[in-house]
Amino acid sequence: MAHDHDHADHDDHKLHNDHSELSEVERRVRALESVLTQKGYVDPAALDVLIDTYQTKIGPRNGARVVARAWVDPAYRDRLLRDATAAIAELGYMGRQGEHMIALQNTPGRHNIVVCTLCSCYPWPVLGLPPVWYKSAPYRSRVVKDPRGVLRDFGVTLPAETEIRVWDSTAEVRYLVIPERPAGTDDLDEAALCALVTRDSMIGTGLARPPAEAT
Amino acid sequence: MTYTTHADLGGRLRLGPVVQDANRSVFHSEWESRVLAMTLAMGATGRWNIDMARAARETLPDYLDLSYYEIWLGGLERLLVAKGLVTAEELADGRASHPPKPFDGILMADKVSAKLAKGAPTARTPTAPARYRLGQTVVTRAAPVDHHTRLPAYLRGRTGIIDRIHGCHVFADSHAQGLGEDPQWLYTVVFDARELWGSEAAPGHRVSFDAWQPYLEPS
Repeated sequence: MAHDHDHADHDDHKLHNDHSELSEVERRVRALESVLTQKGYVDPAALDVLIDTYQTKIGPRNGARVVARAWVDPAYRDRLLRDATAAIAELGYMGRQGEHMIALQNTPGRHNIVVCTLCSCYPWPVLGLPPVWYKSAPYRSRVVKDPRGVLRDFGVTLPAETEIRVWDSTAEVRYLVIPERPAGTDDLDEAALCALVTRDSMIGTGLARPPAEAT
Repeated sequence: MTYTTHADLGGRLRLGPVVQDANRSVFHSEWESRVLAMTLAMGATGRWNIDMARAARETLPDYLDLSYYEIWLGGLERLLVAKGLVTAEELADGRASHPPKPFDGILMADKVSAKLAKGAPTARTPTAPARYRLGQTVVTRAAPVDHHTRLPAYLRGRTGIIDRIHGCHVFADSHAQGLGEDPQWLYTVVFDARELWGSEAAPGHRVSFDAWQPYLEPS
């Protein structure tokens, strides 16, 4: 009984302490950051720079620029398909989680989809951090077995005769899908084309937007 | 077997539809961003490598019940304790009660951009010719292994074709176990989906993965 009583006291105390509004995971994260900072293992300012980098600087607009350039410049597209790491670096995108890039070109007969069934490997320099669904168990388990079913979840239906190739990113090679250029875009310049290139179209779970839908 | 991964999900679960997130922001809570940043900052110090970090995450017993950044948090806490950099007690208290380990290589704010741009390339100069050639038929290793590996269970013991050759790369299995880089030839191997899933697989569906040479045998 005394044991139960102690527990009750403890719980009461928790309700009134300063951090009672924090969730358990927030408390753990704060505790971890406090310890790492007190020990001098991390520079708190570096943490802020890292967060800002992936919130504002590195994201799918980078990849959209690569795709739009490949659509308008056949010589660039050829370089991209031959050595994607170097071609992407021409536009200034490189480094962590994009050290060894491969570009996969979608065609009317062939559609490429990228996954990492073992964790969450994703081409950060061109797409930023992966969306929650890409890291989720349903996507990682299903897309290798039932890619057309997954595409339906994304509202995409491909012709029955289209070949589908799923690329499981199991090593440090990272894949960027070059979606098909939408019809009716011959008059658009590179910047306007960029706006048609969605994040999902560069993973393979979507298509580039038709021009009327661009915003 | 003493090593159990909970992250090897390809083809193994039917967990319903893929749900796209209405929230398009990169982080859904502030704590997620702190976990990402601490993981990258500590990773940059070189106290462990990315394969050790993956092993720390995928062996969390409650892996499938955790959100993505909860997995990263659990993995980072484990690595820090395992390397003796912090104690479990300090993590519980949120206060450093032991002196820090001697430490260099701290990632400073003004070095972040250069560090990210440099990345950590895994390609290494080959010391022997590749065993397999483009178009060759190969069979993946059938037996499970008792350590971190990047050969998914759904691709074990399957017959495929060498589709690309990427040169020699740091071998994840060795690297994760602290056995050094042990560079090995890396290939993309492609499979007809019927080889993986049987006759229910749709025609024209193929799956590939990136395989280090030790994962493969001649057909």
